Amino acid sequence: MALEREKHIAERALLTMTETQLLDLYRRMVLIRRFEDKVAEMYSRGKITGFCHLYAGEEAVAVGAISALYDKDYVVSTYREHGHCLAKGSSPRAVMAELFGKATGLSRGHGGSMHLFDGELRFMGGYAIVGGGLPLAAGLGLAVRYKEEPQVVCCFFGDGALPQGAFHEALNMASLWKLPVIFICENNFYGMGTLVQNAICQEELYKFAEPYKMPGVRVDGMDVLAVHAATLEAAARAREGEGPSLIEAMTYRFRGHSMSDPAEYRSKREERIWQERDPIKHLRRKLIQDGRANDARLAAIDNEVAAVIDDAVKFAEESPEPALDTLGKYVYIDADGAE
Amino acid sequence: MAQITYREALNQALREELDRDERVFIMGEEVGYFGGAFKVTDGLLAVYGEKRVRDTPIAELTIAGAGVGAAMGGLKPIVELMTINFGLLAMDQIVNHAAKIHYMFGGRAKVPLVIRAPQGAGHQLGAQHSQSLEAYFLHCPGLLVAIPATPADAKGLLKSCIRQDNPVIFLEHESLYGVKGDVPEGEYLTPLGQASVLREGKDITIVSYSKCVYDAVAAAEALENEGVDAEVIDLRTLNPLDTATVVESVRKTGKAMVVYEGWRTGGAGAEIAAQIYEAAFDHLDAPVERVATLDTPIPYNARLEKAALPGAADIVKVAERMV
Repeated sequence: MALEREKHIAERALLTMTETQLLDLYRRMVLIRRFEDKVAEMYSRGKITGFCHLYAGEEAVAVGAISALYDKDYVVSTYREHGHCLAKGSSPRAVMAELFGKATGLSRGHGGSMHLFDGELRFMGGYAIVGGGLPLAAGLGLAVRYKEEPQVVCCFFGDGALPQGAFHEALNMASLWKLPVIFICENNFYGMGTLVQNAICQEELYKFAEPYKMPGVRVDGMDVLAVHAATLEAAARAREGEGPSLIEAMTYRFRGHSMSDPAEYRSKREERIWQERDPIKHLRRKLIQDGRANDARLAAIDNEVAAVIDDAVKFAEESPEPALDTLGKYVYIDADGAE
Repeated sequence: MAQITYREALNQALREELDRDERVFIMGEEVGYFGGAFKVTDGLLAVYGEKRVRDTPIAELTIAGAGVGAAMGGLKPIVELMTINFGLLAMDQIVNHAAKIHYMFGGRAKVPLVIRAPQGAGHQLGAQHSQSLEAYFLHCPGLLVAIPATPADAKGLLKSCIRQDNPVIFLEHESLYGVKGDVPEGEYLTPLGQASVLREGKDITIVSYSKCVYDAVAAAEALENEGVDAEVIDLRTLNPLDTATVVESVRKTGKAMVVYEGWRTGGAGAEIAAQIYEAAFDHLDAPVERVATLDTPIPYNARLEKAALPGAADIVKVAERMV
């Protein structure tokens, strides 16, 4: 079983990581969870509008994978990207401000929840066309190879992207050219409201790696260490010039597809089972059991994160709207580089 | 000045820009070992190697998307789509991604990407190989559209497009590759958004671009024999669109016709006509006319195909009615 092997690797990761690293994983996951909880609250208060897809429940995937990368590695994401963006290190203030549509937002209020971008941190954007990020990731991988740089590109997408042509084209191209791309499929069992087995002939999604001649693994996406370990392996391979990998992370979104979806297609029982596998509680338990952290230390992190989120909301609320004259800006770049 | 073909002019532009900037590279179906389906990239692989002249699998969506990603990663890709008809498979990456990225990320990302594609009818290639789709791209903010008619502009526009930072759709007409013209050697740039007045006249303004420019010039010569003095404008780029040159001409002639190979309905001609109405309505002595392709798919049969497409005779006929 693919998952069994990954479990052992995860256990090893727990042993080899320093306490600082482990607490950092915990902190980043809590940050995303509290951020998303706050976003839901702000959405219901009408402060955030438009489509908004929350990442609560899936934190171990973004944090596990991105913590296995170097700062200069690239990340490409989807419309459910708040978690990836925060895990990459973006300022919660700038992310929250973007969701509020403010001028101080990452995309100056032109993007919104689905279109965060942080070039300096090499968070290369959230894209709202299912599968749209995969060809981009291949292109970024091509640029890295072209410039003979050591970076890798980590591309997140949902199970809903698997039936898209873009998935198959991008995997073929990345494998053909041995591009340094880590394809991470967040399998949360539903593409919107459609079960994976009703959308894809091969429901063991990691097996799509085989025809494209790359390693494919299925990992427990509720276990941050398992995702971390699998990503480390894929990144090492990519850096060695051996090409892409496909990681299928089994995970679950604790909320509906978007803020307007009550997720009535899922049973309460199913939701409860997954709530019990909460990735944050899972790591918390593990850290305490192994004596790597105590309740007080973790509670301090929780409090610190709560303050960061409150500060982000305050910042977003107090930030100005984009000026009306920015409406026509950023459509084209002038010859002299001006907007 | 050397007389070379439109194809050679493009090839020259590519060589010069590959020499000039290490970040420039070419990718597309058959661009390397085959030398390009229309031989535009002929000989480049031997000089620049596989890294800079990259053959791709047949996967237009991902060819275009990889171009977008490579551009975001700091390169200056020139993507060749074998023809614009196949480019429809890449529309998601062109319209939803390339055209949007600079804007939706608040100006913080850029996509300096040139997508070259041949288009147009006239070779009995049937409905799926003969379209002129410039209007699809003109409609989308965030994309520049360059559409040269002459060998000199083919070179000058391509070089200008490669050197700027917006995504560009660069449309070449399949019937023009063998056309010869004077092309300056070495550094030669055609500015984007500047129409060229190919023939001055006082009676009627014929606005055109791409292959139809030649029909417009032929028609103007025929009209001259009938005592009609036609001005012919080659737009060269549709976005940016040089409305000023067109309007200035219409103010002088009082009559305007737009000639283009896209379908008549919803084509670039409709937009150009609308802009003429908006800016020069008081100067018009007649409605703006459109001479374009009939609203049918392009047929295979030679006689039918010719009848579907606009030609010099159609232009003369409409002009005679107008003056």
